[in-house]
Amino acid sequence: MGRYIINRVFISIPLLLIISLLTFVLINLSPLDPAEVVLQAQGVPKITDELIAQTKEELGMDQPFILRYFDWLVASLQLDFGDSYVTGKPVWSLIGPAFLNTFKLTFVSSVVIIVMSILLGVICALKEGKIVDKSVRGVSFFLTAMPSYWLASIMIWYVSVKFDLLPTSGMDSYKSYILPVIVITISYAGIYFRNVRTSMISNLNEDYVLYGRACGLPEKKITVHILRNSLQVAISIFGMAIPIILGSTVVIENIFAWPGLGSLSVKAILSRDFPIIQAYVLILAAVFVLFNTVSDIVNAAMNPKIRNDL
Amino acid sequence: MENILEVRNLRVWDLNSDKVLIANNSFDLRRSSCLAIVGESGSGKSITCRSIMRLNGSSLRQSGEILFKGENLTTLSEKKMRRKRGRKLCMILQNGMSAFDPSCVIGVHLKETLAEHFDCDWKKNEIEEKMKLAMESVMLKNPIEIMNKYPHQLSGGMLQRIMIALAIVLEPDIIIADEPTTALDTVSQFEVVEQFIQLRKKMGCSMIFISHDLGVVRKIADEVLVMKDGEIVERGPTEAIFLKPEHKYTKYLVSTRLALSENFKKLMRGETIVAES
Ligand SMILES: Nc1ncnc2c1ncn2[C@@H]1O[C@H](COP(=O)(O)OP(=O)(O)OP(=O)(O)O)[C@@H](O)[C@H]1O
Ligand SMILES: [Mg+2]
Repeated sequence: MGRYIINRVFISIPLLLIISLLTFVLINLSPLDPAEVVLQAQGVPKITDELIAQTKEELGMDQPFILRYFDWLVASLQLDFGDSYVTGKPVWSLIGPAFLNTFKLTFVSSVVIIVMSILLGVICALKEGKIVDKSVRGVSFFLTAMPSYWLASIMIWYVSVKFDLLPTSGMDSYKSYILPVIVITISYAGIYFRNVRTSMISNLNEDYVLYGRACGLPEKKITVHILRNSLQVAISIFGMAIPIILGSTVVIENIFAWPGLGSLSVKAILSRDFPIIQAYVLILAAVFVLFNTVSDIVNAAMNPKIRNDL
Repeated sequence: MENILEVRNLRVWDLNSDKVLIANNSFDLRRSSCLAIVGESGSGKSITCRSIMRLNGSSLRQSGEILFKGENLTTLSEKKMRRKRGRKLCMILQNGMSAFDPSCVIGVHLKETLAEHFDCDWKKNEIEEKMKLAMESVMLKNPIEIMNKYPHQLSGGMLQRIMIALAIVLEPDIIIADEPTTALDTVSQFEVVEQFIQLRKKMGCSMIFISHDLGVVRKIADEVLVMKDGEIVERGPTEAIFLKPEHKYTKYLVSTRLALSENFKKLMRGETIVAES
């Protein structure tokens, strides 16, 4: 098991390197000259070739590509992502707090999504084909299909503006969490509860359930066995779901003016603030790889077949 | 000899497609005797067994009477029926590999089952001791070690014998064995059949034994039911069936003797490989 964990962690290192290289290459392929962007952002009235060359030198952009990538990578590992082109502030001082805010929103939403998915999934699986199962699936299909920005606008209009029950935007108190979390949950719980349900149902038809019943075990105990086996699948799915939710808060954050990564990155993209975009993509990729690795390890630890073979 | 189990007009159908899977079957199991059910794949043997235990899937419905020692099982409450399962009617499945929860050690299932049936009248240690003895009696050495193993760490034959050992401790009136030997290689098959013969000698319990292997059936059964497409086409004492088969289908079975269908054998070979690897 120890060796498996070490292996798994080592495999993720080259993966991260490739991702970082791709990020760097793609952003540098952009037709815009970064030096020009910087000058524009700083509001320099007349951009001359001389000024561009000078800025390039300041930013170290006259160096060969590989060297620039290498410098950026080493600095990034120390959380030094350079300075924002627009504000001139260190990128980390902007992205750090934003990441924390997004993380809070993602964490609360993920917990709600996981609890809802397991609850609904188990209920539907136990009542497979009955009215409860059919209606939950029907409603969730309908809700999942609704675009989240539309849902968010409707909720803001009714709950916050018309009845003034909750804040429209920002991140002031626990009340600010309610609407965004509901919208995120509606878009994702409908997908993940289906996974739990399917995995429960396939376990329900396993021989060990029949044998347990044939031995006279009470339904409660059998359900515990089924849950233990079906949650193994669910855990790896949730492991992958959390970074997806983290990445997809862009839309929600912009609607609710949540001071997180999503708002920051959209602003950065609009103003072509390359260092922030680079850092954003890199951090998101790292989170993806991290969660993937962790969920693999947890899965291995839960499944005796894998655990003992390692 | 009196009948311990009487099945009257058993009919099983699929709610979704309205297909009839078992058509109006009646048969008896006599006390301390062994009844074999043979027939090709899909002829409804497993469904018959599961109907007796009332363990068919939710999409299947059954009608007819199942009289166990004169008591009609079909009208019992679910709770009372559960008490009968394991303690009075015990099932042994075809594939030991999948019959135990893959993420628990074997001991968990054994302890849960025994606790369910004996908690009130037996002391814990006594049951464990009995379980160990039963496991040793079916040639499982180191019972403690085996109880701490996961299903995938044991062989199909061992798991099959664990089910037999559990049946020995539960002392049911009827053991229903659904193709207990088909998923095994020849050597373990021989061992498991030996255990079944021993089991009958030791406990004198009645048995319903499903098998594709007519050789095994001839060795173990007193009476044989031949099923085809959900219907019983022939029945009688084992020797009579083997010596003077009357129905065309039975003649065909006895003449091919070893296999009921070539296709099925091929499939089973595939399954055996999967079970072993
Ligand atoms: N849950 C179910 N719903 C609908 N049809 C079923 C169900 N289970 C089994 N059947 C059908 O019932 C028929 C009899 O199945 P059964 O499992 O009893 O066959 P069998 O005689 O045990 O065959 P085998 O030798 O392969 O085990 C088959 O045609 C099968 O397709
Ligand atoms: Mg069968």
